[in-house]
Amino acid sequence: MSDGSMTIGAAIAPASRATRRTLPAHGSRRAYSAYTLVTPAAALMLIMLLGPLAGVIALSFTDYQLGAPHFSWIGLSNYRDLFADKVFWTALRNTLAYVVIVVPGAVIAGLAIALLIQSGTSLRSLYRTIYFLPVMATLIAMAVVWEFMLHPQFGLVNGMLRSAGLPAFAWLQDRNTALYALCAIGIWQAVGFNMVLFLAGLVSIPKQLYEAAEIDGASSGWARFRLVTWPMLGPVTTFVVVISGIRSFQVFDTVHVLTKGGPSKSTEVLIHTMYTEGFEFFRSGYAAAITVVFLVFVLALTLIKSRLADRGVHYT
Amino acid sequence: MAQIELSAIRKSFDGTDVLKGIDFRVEDGEFISLVGPSGCGKSTLLRIIAGLEPQNSGQVQIDGRPVDSIRPSARNLAMVFQSYALYPHLSTFDNIAVPLRMRRLSTIERLPLLGALLPSRRAKERHIRADVAGIAEQLDITPLLRRKPGQLSGGQRQRVAVGRAMVREPLAFLFDEPLSNLDAKLRVHMRAELAELHRRLKATFIYVTHDQAEAMTMSSRIAVMMGGELIQAGTPAEIYNDPGDIRVAEFIGSPKINVLPGRIRKDGGVDVLGTALKLSCSAAAGDCRVGVRPERIDLGAGPFSGSVVHLENLGAEAFVHLATEGAGLRLIARLADVRHVPAMASSVAFGFAPDAVRIFDPAGKRIEIRLEQAERIREPAHV
Repeated sequence: MSDGSMTIGAAIAPASRATRRTLPAHGSRRAYSAYTLVTPAAALMLIMLLGPLAGVIALSFTDYQLGAPHFSWIGLSNYRDLFADKVFWTALRNTLAYVVIVVPGAVIAGLAIALLIQSGTSLRSLYRTIYFLPVMATLIAMAVVWEFMLHPQFGLVNGMLRSAGLPAFAWLQDRNTALYALCAIGIWQAVGFNMVLFLAGLVSIPKQLYEAAEIDGASSGWARFRLVTWPMLGPVTTFVVVISGIRSFQVFDTVHVLTKGGPSKSTEVLIHTMYTEGFEFFRSGYAAAITVVFLVFVLALTLIKSRLADRGVHYT
Repeated sequence: MAQIELSAIRKSFDGTDVLKGIDFRVEDGEFISLVGPSGCGKSTLLRIIAGLEPQNSGQVQIDGRPVDSIRPSARNLAMVFQSYALYPHLSTFDNIAVPLRMRRLSTIERLPLLGALLPSRRAKERHIRADVAGIAEQLDITPLLRRKPGQLSGGQRQRVAVGRAMVREPLAFLFDEPLSNLDAKLRVHMRAELAELHRRLKATFIYVTHDQAEAMTMSSRIAVMMGGELIQAGTPAEIYNDPGDIRVAEFIGSPKINVLPGRIRKDGGVDVLGTALKLSCSAAAGDCRVGVRPERIDLGAGPFSGSVVHLENLGAEAFVHLATEGAGLRLIARLADVRHVPAMASSVAFGFAPDAVRIFDPAGKRIEIRLEQAERIREPAHV
C-alpha cells in the first residue's frame, strides 16, 4: 500500500513541475489543482502510515508509560537499555532462527506441493483447497489444536512416535524443541499461501517452453525444472521469499498462545517481547524502540525485494 | 538427413477426429509444406512427428525405424515454434547452446557451480562455443549473442530460433508456422532466407503453414490438408495447375479461383452460363462446377459479359471484379497490363480458353476433360 501511494506522489510531482515550466501563465493554477487532487491521498497516507510511524519513532525517544500523565525526552536511553538487555538479544536470535528455518521450509514445501498439484491430473482443486485451509483458518484456534497434537501425554504426534517405537518429547515444554515445534507450525501455516502463489506462477509459464526444452534434449524432469520452471518462477520466488520473511518476522500468535516465550525464554521473539514490554509492563517508550528495530528489518527485506524484483522478471 | 514415413495416423481430441488416417512419405532432403486452413490438423500432425503429441493409431517411421515409443528428445528432430519459444532468461548464445549442452554435458557437468569446476566441462564448453559461433556467423546474428530474447526484434528472434534448431544438426527440421508473427515485408524476406537455408543444408524440412503463398514459394512439395485428411500432395506447380479437388483449387492461389456453375450434357459437352464450352468429358450428365483461374480470364472478347463492380490496381497488375449479367455471379480477372483497366460499372465481355478450365463434380472431385480437337485453341497452354 505504501509502495503504491509513493509511486502516485512521485509521478505527479515531476508532471506538475513540467507544467509550470511550459505554461507560465496557467502554471501555478495547474500545480495548485494537482496538489489539491493529491491532498486526499496524501492526507490518508499521512494519517494512516507516516503519522503512526513518526509517532512510534518519537515515542522510542521518551520514557512514556501507558496511561502516565506526562513523559520526558530521554534521547537514545531506550536503545541503550535495549542493546544491553539479554532478553532482547535472545528474542532477536530466536526470531532470526525462526525466519531462517521457516522461510526456506515454507518456500520449498510450497513449491514442491505446487509442482505436485500442477503435474497431477485429477482432484487438483481438492488438493488446492486442503493445502490452503491453514491459511484461511484462524491461527489462534489452530494453535490450540496444535497444542493438543503436541501434548506430551495424549498428543497425536507423540502417539505416533510411540507406536513407531521412538521416544516421545515434551515438544513445547522442552527448551531444546519448543522453537522448532513453533517453526513446524509456522511452515504448516505458510505453505498453503506460498503454494497458491507458486501455482499461479506455474500456470503462467508458456507450455511451448517445455516443448522446446523437450525437443532440445531436456528429457529428465530435473533438466526441465532447471531450464524452464525455476528461472521462469524467479519473480514469484522473490516475492514468496520476502512475504514469508516478513510474515515470519511477525510471528506472535503461536508464541503467545502456546509458550508465552518460554520455557526460559527459548521461544521469546521480537514481537512477543514488544507486546510484553508495552502491554504488560506498560513501558511504551521501550516497546516503541523494539518496534523500530523490527521495522528496520522489515524495511531491509522490502528493499532487497524491490531490488531483486526488477532483475528477476524476464520480458518476452 | 532423414526420410519420414507416416502410415494411417489417426488422432482425436475428446471424441473429435482431428486426423483421419494420414499416409504420407517425406523424402530425404525434401522441403515439404503442410498447408491447409486453420483447424485442418496440420499442426497436430507436425506435433505427432515431433513426438509432442501421441497419435491414437498409426505409425511414424524415421529412416525406416518406428519412433512411436521414443520420446521427443531422443528423436533428434529440431522444431521452430510459432512463438519461437526462446528461453527468456537466457542470452542468444545460451539459447543456441542449450541443445548442445543438453546432449554433450552430463547432469553433473550441467550443475551451476560445481559443474564449472570440472575440467571435462571446460573442454566441452570450448567446443560448444565454437559451434555456436559458427551458427551465429551463418545466420548473421553474431552481434546479438549477448542479448536476451526480450531485446530482439521478431525477425531476430526467428533467426535465433532457427539457429537453436540448426546447431545440433538434427535429422529433420520441423517448422510450425514460424513466419506468422512477422510483419508482411519481413515475412517475404524470411521466406527467401529459409528457402536458401534449405538449399544450403540439404536437410529434410517439414513446414506447416496456413499461408498458401509461403507453401508455393518455398517448398519442393506441398501437401494440402483439409478436415483432418491429406487431400493432395505434389509440387507447387502440380497443386496449382492440376488440383484434384475443388477445395485444393480454392485454397491454393490468390485471388481465389473463379467457380462457375456448369452442367454436363448427355453427350459429354459442358455448358456454363448458357454457353457451351469447347470441351467434353466422360462423366455422367448433371451439375458440375467449373473453375477458372483469374489470370486465365481474357477480358475484352468472349461469349460472356459482366459489369465491373470493383477494381484493385496494384501497379504491376490489376484485379477486375465482375458481376455477370443475369446470374449475378462474381468473378475476378487478373489483368497483366494495367494500362487497359476497364472503367468502373462498365460492361465487359470476357471468355477463357478451354484448357484453362478445371471441372469438378458436385462432391468436389476433379473430372477429366478432353479438348475438342477441331477447335483452334485461342491461347497456348501455360501448363
